[in-house]
Amino acid sequence: MERIFLFLYQYRAFFTFLALELFCAWLIIQNNQYHGAQFFNSSNTFVGGVNNFSQNMRDYFSLREVNMMLAEENARLRKSLEQRNQQIWSGKMADEEITNRFDFVSAKVVNNSTDRYTNFITINKGSKDGVAAGMAVISSYGVVGKVKMTSSHFSVVTSLLNIDLRISGLIKRTGHFGTVQWDGRDPQVVEFEFIPRHVKVAEGDTIITSGYSGVFPEGILIGTIEKIELREEAPFYELRIRVAQDFRKLSFVSVVKSNLLHELDSLELQIPDMKR
Amino acid sequence: MNRSVVIQVLVFFVYLFFQVLILKNAVMFHVAFCFLYVGYLLLMPVETNPLILMALGFVMGFAVDVFYDSLGLHALSSVFIMYVRNYWLAGLTPQGGYDANALPSVANNGVQWFSTYTLPLIFLHHTVLFYTEAGGFDYFWHTLIKVLASTGYTLLVMLIVEYVFPGRRS
Repeated sequence: MERIFLFLYQYRAFFTFLALELFCAWLIIQNNQYHGAQFFNSSNTFVGGVNNFSQNMRDYFSLREVNMMLAEENARLRKSLEQRNQQIWSGKMADEEITNRFDFVSAKVVNNSTDRYTNFITINKGSKDGVAAGMAVISSYGVVGKVKMTSSHFSVVTSLLNIDLRISGLIKRTGHFGTVQWDGRDPQVVEFEFIPRHVKVAEGDTIITSGYSGVFPEGILIGTIEKIELREEAPFYELRIRVAQDFRKLSFVSVVKSNLLHELDSLELQIPDMKR
Repeated sequence: MNRSVVIQVLVFFVYLFFQVLILKNAVMFHVAFCFLYVGYLLLMPVETNPLILMALGFVMGFAVDVFYDSLGLHALSSVFIMYVRNYWLAGLTPQGGYDANALPSVANNGVQWFSTYTLPLIFLHHTVLFYTEAGGFDYFWHTLIKVLASTGYTLLVMLIVEYVFPGRRS
């Protein structure tokens, strides 16, 4: 027994090294899972506060652009509101629950990264404002990501620029659906997979969300096809998409609360093969 | 305890906040990252106990991780180079050995020695960091570019800091 202790003591540096590295590895693995460690991330109040301060400084440099963007968005929203009103007045009253299917919570980005393989965005709305893990996040330009976890006043969002996030999308012109995923390189380009080779795609085709998972509303812009590649004997196209949202200029986003998600999920759960 | 410990703690926070508030935004060409906080760890006095070194590496790495939302990643890489550091220092002992309580700095040992000391350790740190972040060797070449660009960037900034605040760390 004594010799064991002596042995441990003699190589204490190595064993401490081993113990610390194993602990770190465990932390990394924990953090990669969907609901990771709840406290030590940027949704914690202190860290969120510091990031908030830092973002406020940065905001001054983009005020003009943000203003212009918001004005544009206002105009667009006013137009679509008018169209909606027209529809209602013209007597096509839809089901109340369907028209209120999605709620939107607007939030400000307090922390953002685009250059890593696993990018996250921190926003200044949390569980107190009704944000919960799994909700979709969009901006006025298009898809942004999915909420990973929340604290009472902040949330961490898995960015579309995260090699672990997959989103179901479809080609607006033809209606074929596939999967959007980032390849970790250019923050303005994502990949669109599983479009079979018989489909006739063209450069400039618009890719929108399919709405199949019920998380994202249908028809949110993702981007446009920039490069088409089809290898000999490959069953699917390799499509590269220029994303509509410039992630380096992200400042305001909306969190989408899907009110019928539970109903959709419990219906589809009865057919076990449908949920992938 | 004594004054130098208080100063060390203060300098720790200066490096930490400089990293997470300023250098975090100073990414060049989407591939070159500056992790100056490694400089704090590498500039600990030569004869520091390896256990203290690893503990410091862990605390610094962990603190950076909390701001980068990458729990464990920087801690893992920092502990790793802190373990290797003293063996590497022993191999680089200049003629006549180190002075008592000497810092492995440019002022004490010259820029050539300093680069041979820091460059491999920074490279090691960044290699572990970026390949762990990528989750393996799937993106081998792109990750390698990131590692090399960031190593050069970090070393450059570290040298600038050494010349602006010579001798003493800070």
